[in-house]
Amino acid sequence: MFRNTNDTIVALATPPGVGAIGVIRLSGSRAIDCINAVFRGNDLTQVDGYTVHFGKIIDGKRVVDEVLVSVFKAPKSYTGEDIAEISCHGSPYILQEVIELLIAQGARVAEPGEFTLRAFLNGKMDLSQAEAVADLIASTSEASHKLAMDQMRGGFKKRIEALREELIHFASMIELELDFGEEDVEFADRGELTRLVNEILKIINELVNSFRYGNVLKHGVYTVIAGRPNAGKSTLLNKLLNEERAIVSEIEGTTRDTIEDVLNIEGLTFRLVDTAGIREATDQIEQKGIERTMDSVLKSSLLIYVYDSARLEAENVQKDLEMLDASRIPHITIANKSDLLNIGPSQVEEHWYMSARDDEDVQDLKSHMFEKVVNEIQTDGDVVVGNLRHLQSLKESKGALERVLNGLDNETPSDLVTMDIREALYQLGLITGEVTTDDLLENIFRNFCIGK
Amino acid sequence: MNKYDVIVVGAGHAGCEAAHAAATMGGKVMLVTMNMETIAKMSCNPAMGGVAKGQILREIDALGGMSGIISDRTMIQFRMLNRSKGPAMWSPRAQSDRQLFSNEWRLTLERNPNVDFYQDMAIDIISDGQNIQGIRTSIGVEYFAPTVVLTSGTFMNGLIHIGRKQFGGGRMGERQSVGLTKALEGLGFESGRMKTGTPPRVDGRSLDYSVMEEQPGDENPGKFSFTDTPPLANQRSCFITYTNPEVHDILRKGFDDSPLFNGSIQGVGPRYCPSVEDKINRFAERERHQIFVEPEGWDTVEIYVNGFSTSLPQHIQDEAIRKIKGFENVKIFRPGYAIEYDYFPPLQLHHTLETKLVKGLFFAGQINGTTGYEEAACQGLMAGINASLQVQNKDPFILDRGEAYIGVLIDDLITKGTDEPYRMFTSRAEYRILLRQDNADMRLTEKGYKIGLAGDERMKRLETKKSNIIELEKILKRESVAPETINPILGEKGTAPIKHAYKLDKILLRPQIQLSDIEGVNNISVGFSQFSEEEKEEVQIRIKYEGYIEKEKEHVEKMRKLEHIQIHSDFDYDQVSSLSNEGREKLKNLQPATLGQASRISGISASDISVLLVFLGR
Repeated sequence: MFRNTNDTIVALATPPGVGAIGVIRLSGSRAIDCINAVFRGNDLTQVDGYTVHFGKIIDGKRVVDEVLVSVFKAPKSYTGEDIAEISCHGSPYILQEVIELLIAQGARVAEPGEFTLRAFLNGKMDLSQAEAVADLIASTSEASHKLAMDQMRGGFKKRIEALREELIHFASMIELELDFGEEDVEFADRGELTRLVNEILKIINELVNSFRYGNVLKHGVYTVIAGRPNAGKSTLLNKLLNEERAIVSEIEGTTRDTIEDVLNIEGLTFRLVDTAGIREATDQIEQKGIERTMDSVLKSSLLIYVYDSARLEAENVQKDLEMLDASRIPHITIANKSDLLNIGPSQVEEHWYMSARDDEDVQDLKSHMFEKVVNEIQTDGDVVVGNLRHLQSLKESKGALERVLNGLDNETPSDLVTMDIREALYQLGLITGEVTTDDLLENIFRNFCIGK
Repeated sequence: MNKYDVIVVGAGHAGCEAAHAAATMGGKVMLVTMNMETIAKMSCNPAMGGVAKGQILREIDALGGMSGIISDRTMIQFRMLNRSKGPAMWSPRAQSDRQLFSNEWRLTLERNPNVDFYQDMAIDIISDGQNIQGIRTSIGVEYFAPTVVLTSGTFMNGLIHIGRKQFGGGRMGERQSVGLTKALEGLGFESGRMKTGTPPRVDGRSLDYSVMEEQPGDENPGKFSFTDTPPLANQRSCFITYTNPEVHDILRKGFDDSPLFNGSIQGVGPRYCPSVEDKINRFAERERHQIFVEPEGWDTVEIYVNGFSTSLPQHIQDEAIRKIKGFENVKIFRPGYAIEYDYFPPLQLHHTLETKLVKGLFFAGQINGTTGYEEAACQGLMAGINASLQVQNKDPFILDRGEAYIGVLIDDLITKGTDEPYRMFTSRAEYRILLRQDNADMRLTEKGYKIGLAGDERMKRLETKKSNIIELEKILKRESVAPETINPILGEKGTAPIKHAYKLDKILLRPQIQLSDIEGVNNISVGFSQFSEEEKEEVQIRIKYEGYIEKEKEHVEKMRKLEHIQIHSDFDYDQVSSLSNEGREKLKNLQPATLGQASRISGISASDISVLLVFLGR
């Protein structure tokens, strides 16, 4: 179970949560390569240590964030290895996206205390600090274990354990053929094995997808307020937050940027994002704002769509709503400014008639937002993957199992296929505890009559 | 005159390999056995090798041990098992002539001038408490040596069971050995009981083979040794038949008298080599179990009834076996029986197989809780080598899990221990893609040569094989083949035709294509005939499975990082307060020699290893 100290590791270096900036740290022989692969700016493999570089983190062609990258070269760094520190904007979503990009480049998520451990191993700390470092590792491992256990509510642990059982069963059927091929035992046919792997893959996929919801619980519900210009989005945001946050004016297109703030409703965190209005832009700056709006909308876990019920723009609203329905993003449709129509707060079909200026109406909306999240988002599944390390393990085992399927299809010899099965088991073992070959033999002896 | 470098107690598979290795490496060896007529006697079935075991035999041979050569010289049938599976699974297996095998080992040892023999029972250990000094026999003869290898097999306090009858014995018809267990316990060793069993032997003249399924040897039989032992010209067949519900019903009548079920056997038996009563008890739904009818030699009529291991009363065995198809008129030569014996939990050993308690004392074979000839032989070999190296004041010889099945076996025993007789399976090896039977010489012969066990002849063969492999690989990577030449073959094998010329190694990557297919069509000036079948096979495996092999090598490298971090034997675990309590206790008890070994001990957490790394890593 012990992780290799030669891997390149990555982790958030600043406390989790919303801050002005967040710093991601990479350490290891491939640290510079990893960041350089997703960085648009100077070629970081060519720069000196102790230098800072401005540039963009890109995912293919999409710009994820504008960042500052500090480069430290071994051995002159905190860990004694090559280090890159990436200062991003503080949004947890951006930070997580950047970390995932780096993982895709071959970094792995650091274990608790691992940067410090490496610093120590590379002679960056005094020997007298050994005990302190050891204590740190032991205590943070315990803490993270406890955390992981807490996250395992909602059946996560059960699901993973059940998965592991299935996989062990699968692995033992293959091993049985290998070690006991001479004996009078019946072997599973390939079709059966393929079906089993597909079933396991389906569950893993569900778990991987549940990560988004897990994040909701951990980092807050990413709630985007969107709508046509001057529908009262900023007014609504300010009322929800009880402060003059966005620039409010009667001129269309006043809000040109997305703005984030945090709202707590009955213990659930909502991360509110105001957006520029959806319309044909007339200048470049505005065009940019609208592009961002669409980005935010697509990333949102909850969308509050606001329109001006006193204005006649039914066609546009209809168009927007159709798009929303198609996107399947949970949303609340607000028919704002109902006071101008002399209609009290009410719900007509899916439309909430209300006034963003009315305190009571906004209180009602808050309860509704809460219910919406509890009812709709949680029904996605009762099992939640909330930990990036778990996600990484799940994705790795998924990759391994896909190779297994491929192997079964191509009639790859089973002894080679088992390499990937073992990899999948190992990855799940990182979540639940180790799976050893003993488990496989145990299962074989229990279920099959073998031996001459 | 009674002084030696190495004393080996016991002359089974472990003892013979130990004596041969130590003597070949230059030591004066005393081999003490209770009976010189039963040297290297196969107590169970007359066969060597099999899945995982065949790989071990190849490794023993590659290092310079004798089991491979002796198996080759005395086999009556050879089969390469698992041919249809991947290269890691190919497993050589031979049916042996029981008598010849035993004779051949005795003659091999007699030919070695460094081996002396003495027939008597060793009953006591001579030591000063910390260091071994020698042994004492039942009639009071003393032999002295700085190293002793104990290979007691099933003899220590051996107890034979047939139904409710029980009597002392190390093997049917042979005395048990007494005294050693007590002597070792007196030195502080912990002992336990294990159980194994064997089926009846019958008269081949009384069987009806015409109703059984014949299992002949391979058409082109292979062999175990990398040396020039000749392959078989003639072979004898085995036969397969089955038990049936009638047989099971009769056997069940004897359950009340079964020492397995009525509590008279306390030792733990292996689940993968169960007695027939165990099989029908645990898997009641199965209507038949396979029986292998194995000849015991070239000329003898004696037959080994593999799959019918039992300790039920003799009359039940007799009644039940007659109901097996082809056995209606069977005459039993010797009934099956179970045997219980003492073993010493292997957690008490170093990776050299030297005991932690007494310097110079080594254990090998069933005394360590293993089962199987091959498992015993490789331990004997390693114990003999290490005893010899210790005498010469040289570094110990240890194989790791990425180098050999032998390494996996010993590491499992030492870091995990075993609750039941331990048998090797390929699934016990994490890196089995690397631990193949075909490359055992490439993995180990050089090591065997360096310690003075494998001779010049073996090294020369290895060098030739290596350079030929490189040469053949070069040719396949250099030469290409035109579509018109190869496409007919590709079509015949059911794989897509090529549109332009391809290098031969790329063609070989297709699962349907074997090197022999290319060999047939080549119109290029490539002399495939200069390469041996073994070399071609090796190159083919390397090319076809390169991706897997490389990946596995990376895994091994990762594993070795921790393996190279030594833990000094006087390391004070108590000073490391951040270790978990369970971890600390286990570590103090087992005293792993490296961080890698520590990481495989059950109950040691990843965080314990990280903590240790902090103290040891720099």
